[in-house]
Amino acid sequence: MYQPYLVLQARALTSQTAESDAIRFLVGTQSLKFDNQIHIIDFDDENNIISKSVLQHQAGEIWHISASPADKAVLTTCYNKSEAPALSLSQLGASVFPAQVVSSESRVVTCGAVWRMPPEWESGSHESPDDPHNSHNPQNLELLCHLDNSSHGNASCVLWEPMGDGKHVISLADNHALLWDLTESSTQATISSSATLEGKGQLKFTAGKWSPHHNCTQLATANDTAIRGWDLRTMSQIYCIENAHGQLVRDLDFNPNKQYYLASCGDDCKVKFWDVRNINEPVKTLEEHSHWVWSVRFNHSHDQLVLTGSSDSRVILSNMVSISSEPFGHLVDDDDLSDGEDNHQDEKTQEPLQDSIISTYEEHEDSVYAVEWSSADPWLFASLSYDGRLVINRVPRALKYHILL
Amino acid sequence: MDGDICATATTPPDSDPARKRRVHGMLKLYYGLNEEGKTVDQAESMNPCDINGTHFDPEVYLNKFRRECSLGELMDQESCMVKQIRSLDSDMQTLVYENYNKFISATDTIRKMKNDFKKMEDEMDCLSTNMAAITEFSAHISGTLQDQHAQITKLSGVHNLLRKLQFLFELPARLNKCLELQAYSQAVSSHRRARCVLQQYSHMPSFRGIQDDCHAIMDKLAQELRQKFRDGGSSAKDLSECVELLLQLDEPAEELCDKFLIHAQSRLETNLRGLEAETDILEFIDRGCNEFVSSLCLVIASYQELFVNRPQEGNLASKNIPQMAIGKLHAFVDAMATCYFSLVERRIQEEKSVGDNSLLVRALDRFHRRLQAVAKLLPGSAVPSQGTEIVVRAARERIKQYLAALQSFYLDSLRDVRQALAAPRLATGKDAPASLPELLSSLSASILNQIKSVLASVHLFTAKDITFSNKPYFKGEFCSQGVRESLVVNFIKFVCQSSRQFCESAGDRGGSTPPALLLLLSRLCLDYETSTITYILTLTDEQFLVQHRSPVTAVAALCGEAREAAQKLLKHYVKVQGLIISQMLRKSVETRDWVNTIEPRNVRAVMKRVVEDTTSIDVQVSLLYEEGTRKAHSSDSSKRTFSVYSGSRQQTRYAPSYTPSAAMDTNFLSNIHKLFSERIDIFSPVEFNKVSVVTGIIKISLKTFLECVRLRTFGRYGLQQIQVDCNYLQMYLWRFVSDENLVHFLLDEIVGSTAHRCLDPAPMEQSVIEVICERG
Repeated sequence: MYQPYLVLQARALTSQTAESDAIRFLVGTQSLKFDNQIHIIDFDDENNIISKSVLQHQAGEIWHISASPADKAVLTTCYNKSEAPALSLSQLGASVFPAQVVSSESRVVTCGAVWRMPPEWESGSHESPDDPHNSHNPQNLELLCHLDNSSHGNASCVLWEPMGDGKHVISLADNHALLWDLTESSTQATISSSATLEGKGQLKFTAGKWSPHHNCTQLATANDTAIRGWDLRTMSQIYCIENAHGQLVRDLDFNPNKQYYLASCGDDCKVKFWDVRNINEPVKTLEEHSHWVWSVRFNHSHDQLVLTGSSDSRVILSNMVSISSEPFGHLVDDDDLSDGEDNHQDEKTQEPLQDSIISTYEEHEDSVYAVEWSSADPWLFASLSYDGRLVINRVPRALKYHILL
Repeated sequence: MDGDICATATTPPDSDPARKRRVHGMLKLYYGLNEEGKTVDQAESMNPCDINGTHFDPEVYLNKFRRECSLGELMDQESCMVKQIRSLDSDMQTLVYENYNKFISATDTIRKMKNDFKKMEDEMDCLSTNMAAITEFSAHISGTLQDQHAQITKLSGVHNLLRKLQFLFELPARLNKCLELQAYSQAVSSHRRARCVLQQYSHMPSFRGIQDDCHAIMDKLAQELRQKFRDGGSSAKDLSECVELLLQLDEPAEELCDKFLIHAQSRLETNLRGLEAETDILEFIDRGCNEFVSSLCLVIASYQELFVNRPQEGNLASKNIPQMAIGKLHAFVDAMATCYFSLVERRIQEEKSVGDNSLLVRALDRFHRRLQAVAKLLPGSAVPSQGTEIVVRAARERIKQYLAALQSFYLDSLRDVRQALAAPRLATGKDAPASLPELLSSLSASILNQIKSVLASVHLFTAKDITFSNKPYFKGEFCSQGVRESLVVNFIKFVCQSSRQFCESAGDRGGSTPPALLLLLSRLCLDYETSTITYILTLTDEQFLVQHRSPVTAVAALCGEAREAAQKLLKHYVKVQGLIISQMLRKSVETRDWVNTIEPRNVRAVMKRVVEDTTSIDVQVSLLYEEGTRKAHSSDSSKRTFSVYSGSRQQTRYAPSYTPSAAMDTNFLSNIHKLFSERIDIFSPVEFNKVSVVTGIIKISLKTFLECVRLRTFGRYGLQQIQVDCNYLQMYLWRFVSDENLVHFLLDEIVGSTAHRCLDPAPMEQSVIEVICERG
């Protein structure tokens, strides 16, 4: 467990999706008063050393961050900006901020943008974790383009096409889902199609996920207590799980290995697993957290490992064997069984495996808003709490061997 | 020598035994027959001075006397001697006289006998001559009568034979007459008598004719008997008579058995058909017993009489008739009993109303009792044990029904409670919470009463006067597995389970269960855990004398389950109530534009609502749960705590944040401060007391408030409004919670987070805040 402190509040966390060698997480800070930053957290697994680089994100406080699956250096953020005297807008200049923000009354809008990390960040502003105050002259992010959504409202998140070539993103803004084409090295973004959620009252997407299955033609979104599925080819709704949770749905994730399986979490402290072919009942419900569950993530390789983060300050790693793509565990050849330990493990695999809580991590002292698996090492994950503490944990060794062997 | 004679002569009249012995001893001495043998004899006999000895020498004797004795002594001796001699002489004379007399009378007698014998001899001679004459005459007579006697004997033999022949010749006519008169038994016995003879002499044409005639008649008779047998109308007694006759006519026993049984079957089946019409269970069983079972017994008895127990007479077809017959009887009885049992079972299953168990028990008892008769008649039969099984099954079924009844009663009671909770609220408003403890006690009491009455009903099964109550099942398994486990334990489990279901169903659909019901059920489960379960199980164990041979659910396990259910319900209650308040808070934070809000003038209405709701929850919970412990708070907690959080900690949090570098430091410091301050567990489990429950609700509400605040951006007045609101909450909420530091901590976090999310963090003066709050 490694706990680097960011100095600012933070809720946005992602792993660097395109990076498959280094264990690297990106964290976006949230501060209304100071220049916000993107912290690049590198973890040296062999030496257990964490190193941190800082890039300035002066556009505003970051609510959501997402890394391109194709280009390591490209990422998107959703950020708040507002016309307020405390904010150092003037530093950025008019080129960065188009006139849309400025209005007579101060108000806060959330926008999406695509950024590129400067090529020299790695060598440039490297800082030691022991010395967090040594971040002088951090480099700025290079803006590629805005996901201009002034007509559509506040962006809640931006999603990259999973395993795509980094040319398509979807942004969720109020009650719109917008599919953008990024052209000319991502410097130009045009809306190729959009879907709008119609209904009574002020509907607003709170979360979404682009399905990696079906040739990436499906999207799942959450608004209030409902989960909806969308077909991106026609931009029409394909299913709707009304009252998926008793209260607001906070996050969604697709099982990377089972195309119809979806996990959701929300304010009713529950994590639910759905088979979208049968939306009347959840396949499974977990009720381990004692407050809102903000984030749920399947492990990219071993989908029985499910990570959840909650505002009860806990991170829970569950082993959902019964609904995983490896429901009977890894089959062991008899030849491999040489010593007693293997035999013992063999016994375990014989009996039907039970879903279980592997571990509850209580290192955080504030609400955990984001959890994320590393894209490079499937046994490693990070969790981020509001007070800026990032914790990197490993899947317990015993379990790892149990899954592998 | 004289002395010796004197001694022998005088002894007989003397009867004194001692003296006799002495005399006897003297005689013995005389004849030398003592133990010393010859030596003493010789020593004595050699003494010449012994006056009684054989070698007595008067000279020596005299000399000895003269030499040894004085004159006086001699004189005395002499006179003594003379006296003795005199007495001896007189004795001798008497003896001689007596002997003489006897001798003379003997001589007379002999003479008289001599004369008598002579007379007798003459008479004997006369007798012998007479006897010789008689013998002669007798021989003569028998010689003459010999021929006539032989003739008479022959004639009487012929007469007998003729009589028998006459019987034979008359037999067909007689049989016919019997047939006409329907005196079948007489006909059969007549025929039986003649059968052997006819058989023997069947080679003679005349006899053959008779035999054929008889056969024809008997066939007819048998036909008629069979006809009669086949007719359903004849009574069982007639029937058995028929069978007996047919058997005597050498009808094959097996066929008869079958026919008999078929016959009986048809009658029993009509009995059974009659049964189906009965509606009342008791009448049904009564009628079953009186008609079917008694008929069955009759059939068994007469069948056994006819086929099984009859003496093995004559050369009946096979020796193993009884075995065959018994086999058939068993099969028959089993088949009939199966029909009957299936009917009974169907009927018992229809008996669903659980109102009065005594009827069913009585019916079963009768049913079981009557089957014992069959057991006595037919020892090896499986019928009674099957009957017992039916009773056992019925008892099991009954327990299930009672469990279902209890469960539905429980659910009904819950529905009533639910209505009671909903109704007064509409009608009279404030009365509803007041009746909560009453509802609980009435619910609890009615359930307990119901359990007791069910136990009493079930107890009938084991009453002493019930015949089947001493069967091993009813002594052991029925009590432990049936009543205790299936009924009581299952019911308690059901209560816990259904309570838990309230938590699950209501969770998603937003409180379909009224929170008050959750609270009430939680208390109910807790009461179960603390006392009721123990009470019920003890009651059961006492009533049913449960022997703990088979494994039974322990009281502790049930209590644990009840406690778990109570805990879960209470937790759910906290969650539901917390949710209601948090929804208000969430809506109030989400729907407001906090950046462009106006300067706070008063506490927002929603905060007052929160305090009001919390107060009413507090009242509601206090009706059912004890106060619980809380950390002591100071005399004026509302003010003191507020000033603390507003003054010291809050200031360090955002006051220096105007300069970026300082902000870094303070933030870092605040984190370190957090590390060292006592970590407050926001989500500790709920305990069974009021304070803990209300604390839980407040914790959830405030945590929601915090999370919502963190999602928004605030302007200067937005922050100030939150400050006012939090101050107001602090003023009122501290009294509800176990540890006021908790409220303090959370409100502190809320204001702190708001300050962080504020574009223009300029806090309001504490004094102004207080003025606003006190204004309300």
